[in-house]
Amino acid sequence: MNETSPPTCADVARSHSEIDDLTGAIFRQYGYDFRHYARASLGRRLSLCLADEKLQDFTALRERVVHDPDCMQRVLFRLSINVTAMFRDPLFFSALRRQAVPWLRTFPTVRSWVAGCSTGEEAYSLALLLMEEGLYERSRIYATDMSATALAKASAGIYRLKDMQSHTKNYLQAGGDGDFSQWYTANYGKAKMSDELKRNLLFAQHNLVTDSVFNEFHLVLCRNVMIYFDRELQARVHDLIYHSLAMFGILGLGNKESLAFTPYESCYETLDSANKLYKKVR
Amino acid sequence: MHTGLVVIGGSLGALEVLRAILLALPASFPAPVAVVLHRGPDKGVLAKFIGRDTPLLVADACDKDRLLPGRVYLAPADYHLLVDDEYLALSTEGPVNGSRPAIDVLFETAADAYRERLIGVLLSGNSRDGVAGLARIKQRGGLTVVQDPATSDAPRMPAAAVGAGVADRILPAAEIGPFLVATVIAARKWL
Repeated sequence: MNETSPPTCADVARSHSEIDDLTGAIFRQYGYDFRHYARASLGRRLSLCLADEKLQDFTALRERVVHDPDCMQRVLFRLSINVTAMFRDPLFFSALRRQAVPWLRTFPTVRSWVAGCSTGEEAYSLALLLMEEGLYERSRIYATDMSATALAKASAGIYRLKDMQSHTKNYLQAGGDGDFSQWYTANYGKAKMSDELKRNLLFAQHNLVTDSVFNEFHLVLCRNVMIYFDRELQARVHDLIYHSLAMFGILGLGNKESLAFTPYESCYETLDSANKLYKKVR
Repeated sequence: MHTGLVVIGGSLGALEVLRAILLALPASFPAPVAVVLHRGPDKGVLAKFIGRDTPLLVADACDKDRLLPGRVYLAPADYHLLVDDEYLALSTEGPVNGSRPAIDVLFETAADAYRERLIGVLLSGNSRDGVAGLARIKQRGGLTVVQDPATSDAPRMPAAAVGAGVADRILPAAEIGPFLVATVIAARKWL
């Protein structure tokens, strides 16, 4: 991931209304709805887009985005990046093994949804975990994201080899009991995820903000995605997730997220409060 | 109308200084405190260690936490901490200045949200993280304090801030806490 800092902004109030104009124009032109994204992180991510596009302000970005669909895809990709490592928060995955897997085992077919999968690391992590737990053959994993660019990378499953090597530690801490390197082939500084992991893993386009329920799942992972949404949008997405979960289905959130103050808080029982695993109980 | 805010950033050598600062703040300190220390993951040990002996409540920040007086919010490992009006927000953007959490991210978003109702404190460290953030705080009318490099275990970070001319006050570690108390409690606009 490139490190950058944003260009020095002009007056903050003007930049807020420029951002509103930009998100409004994107919504009208393309139907992507960033109008309820959390302000602070949206502003920073859009500033990174300005640096990418070598533009000076959000008005100029609006002009370009509206007329150039490729620019829109680049912006979409920037706004879509949210996971950066296989088995990020290894303790979450070991909690998943302990708390979720025994229950998932009771089903002939296990449907999982990785919502906001970005470039796919978390989806492959889940696939690997299910493989090691002997659940993969009867699993279907749906990994969705709004960005076609992110999904293309996820489908290809090609990552930097040195990243994969540093993820090995995460894999082991997450309770991995095999040899992590058996799940990818290394070549020219790249690691390609094994086809074995892709068989029951489907990457598809879905926008949490604008699209609706498309299946019923036993397990939904939506980790470090809703941190980019404001409270109103978080509530709407929780509604979507709730209606996508089977009764007693399991929801996994990011390490510093919670159900507190969301409309469905009382519909879930906490399975693991430190690792943000919840079971739908009503 | 929200109260003001104190933001503190530190790296190598900053942990003890931060503890000393917090020990100097009374339970009635009217501004919330948000902190970025360059850190790795732990199971809440850091917050407990820092919070021992201070009447303020010290905890890892969660997404959408409300900024409240009497509380100290630590950027959790592997997340950036942002200020979003009266709330905190988290992000998993790539590292900034080689760090996640990054001091610049906290300082810049705090400067944009709180403007002159803000004090930024930069402590010991060897990176350049925090210098640009402190500059933004100063640019937006906030007050900037830098730990005297001569008293810093790792002087490069505070020295860079001093060298960039973005420090309103340069103070030895022991004086930072009392300075915050005197400034915040004295200023009517904070209450």
